[in-house]
Order: sequence, then structure tokens, then C-alpha cells
Amino acid sequence: MELSNLEFINYVEIFVAVLMVVLAFLAINSKSLIKSVMFLSSLSMLSVISFVLMKAPDVAVTEAVIGSGLVTSLFVFTLLAVKKVGAHL
Amino acid sequence: MKNFLALILTLGLGALILVSLANNAAFPAFGDVDTTDRVSDGYINRDTDGTVDNTVSYGSTDAESGPANIVTAIVADYRSFDTLGEVTVLFVSSLGIALLLGSTKQKRLELDFHPNFMLRVGSKALFGIILMTGIYVTIHGHLTPGGGFPGGTMIASSMLLLYLADDTFRARIKGFKVLESVAGTAYVLIGFAGLFLMGTYLQNFLPTGTIGALLSAGIIPIVYVLIGLKVGSEISGVIDNFLTEEAV
Repeated sequence: MELSNLEFINYVEIFVAVLMVVLAFLAINSKSLIKSVMFLSSLSMLSVISFVLMKAPDVAVTEAVIGSGLVTSLFVFTLLAVKKVGAHL
Repeated sequence: MKNFLALILTLGLGALILVSLANNAAFPAFGDVDTTDRVSDGYINRDTDGTVDNTVSYGSTDAESGPANIVTAIVADYRSFDTLGEVTVLFVSSLGIALLLGSTKQKRLELDFHPNFMLRVGSKALFGIILMTGIYVTIHGHLTPGGGFPGGTMIASSMLLLYLADDTFRARIKGFKVLESVAGTAYVLIGFAGLFLMGTYLQNFLPTGTIGALLSAGIIPIVYVLIGLKVGSEISGVIDNFLTEEAV
């Protein structure tokens, strides 16, 4: 892809991709687990956008429901159920 | 130091992937794929009786496999046996979770979280909308993006919302288990019906009808509704297992 003939949609794709990398880094490196889950959920939401841009709506629907809906809520419920023991969590 | 090593490793792996995929005949640049030499092109041609350009929505009839959504044609018709395996994988994982976490007497897990008034009322309002969306996506799986797997998961998400809204709520899991077994068995039986009527397991033995109509594509809507029911009840059971503990 030549840099000179980029269209608007290519800029959107690049923006989404860079934001996904940043969110993945934040999800790994954040100290609080619940923030980590939230970053992971946002990452899934952005991957839904990139799936739609790649014209794969079936995958996008599945990712939106499972990746950013169900998995996030299961993580959050598990974090709520875990009791804090000791100082390191 | 750990972060630095991770950065170096990630950059190295990224460079490896980029170098190995650049100028590779099997991986053309983004958006430059010549679809005529791909397997999917064969399916597109087959799906419309061999003539690509005269398929009309609500016009063409009696295609080989009649869904308007080509992904559904592959997932629930040409590769339906693969989908049966996928459903089995989900069944085995839910069975494992039930073995680990389930027991005869159970009560709701005590969370450090109590829903307030807004959450209770809002969840009950949203429950119906999410459930209807799930049912819509499941039933229209052969016409629009989606289908049994996302639709069933949406149904399960609506159940999860009920669990979120009420501290003491528990779904009637017995009914879900019956629904799951009935849907799974019906899928296998439809496969056998195709075997006995047409000669191949899971072959489409009903007339395919008009492309775009709700009642079209033969067994595909039936199979997808069964998959939706199975996935929805299975994931609801998994959610119940996650949110309950053994009563003492």
C-alpha cells in the first residue's frame, strides 16, 4: 500500500489498529485486575470495528456478543467472587 | 527489565511475521486477494446453480443451497458436520464445568456487590430487548449475519442480566438441560434423515425455496434454530454454574 494514495477508511483502519495495540499493552500492564478486564473489553470492541471494516459481519457479531459481552461479564463476576487475601492482588 | 525483554521479544516476533508474510504468494496484501482462485469462489458459484450474475433476492428459486448469507450456506449446509463437531466441543466444555462446579444442592454465590434500584429496573427492561434480538438473530441466521452461535449467546446474555439484577435469582436449570438434550438429539436426527432420504449425512432434503424469504434454504433455518437453542441453554447453564456454590 503506497502512503500517497491512502483513503479515509485506511486512516480509520490504522487508527483502530494502533489503538488496539495500546489497549492490549494497557490490559497486560495495568495494576488493577478490573481495569485490565475493561481494557480487554475495549480491545474486543475495537476488533469488532476492524472485522466490520474487513467486511466480515458474521465474525463481528460473534465477537461483539462473546468477546466483549459474555467473557467480560464472566471475568467481572469472577473478580467479584474472589476474596482478597494478603496485600498482593 | 522484564518490560524491555517483552518489548524486544514482541518486536522480534512481529518482524518475523512481517518478513515471512511479505511477498508470499499465499498471503497477498490487504484487500488485494484474487477471489477467483480461492475455495470460496467455488461455493459462490455452486450456491447459485452455477450462474453467478443472475441471482436476485426474492427472485431466484431452487438454488442448490438457498440462504442469502453465504457464510450460513457453508457453516450450516456444506460444512454442517464440522458445526456438529463444534456443538459437541461446546457440550463437552459445559459438561466439564458442570462436573467441576455443579452439585445437587446449590445456592447463589455471595458476591461483594448488591444491585441498586436503577440496575434492577434497567436490567428487567433490557432483558426483553436482548432476548428478542437473540431470537431474531437466530431465526434470521440464513438471511442476515449472525446465526445460531451468536444468537444463542445473546439469549444466554439476557439470562446473565437477570442474574446480575437479582441477588437471589436462579434460572430453572432442569428445563435448560432438557432443551439442550432435545436440540442436540434433533440435530443428529436431522443428519440421519438426510442420510436416509438423500444418501449423505446432514444433506439438505427440503426444498430450498426463494432466496431471501424467511422460509427458505431447506433444513438450514431448522438446524440454526436448534443450534441457537442448544448454545443458549448450554451457556446459561455455564453461567449458572459460575454464579452458584455448594449449599452447606
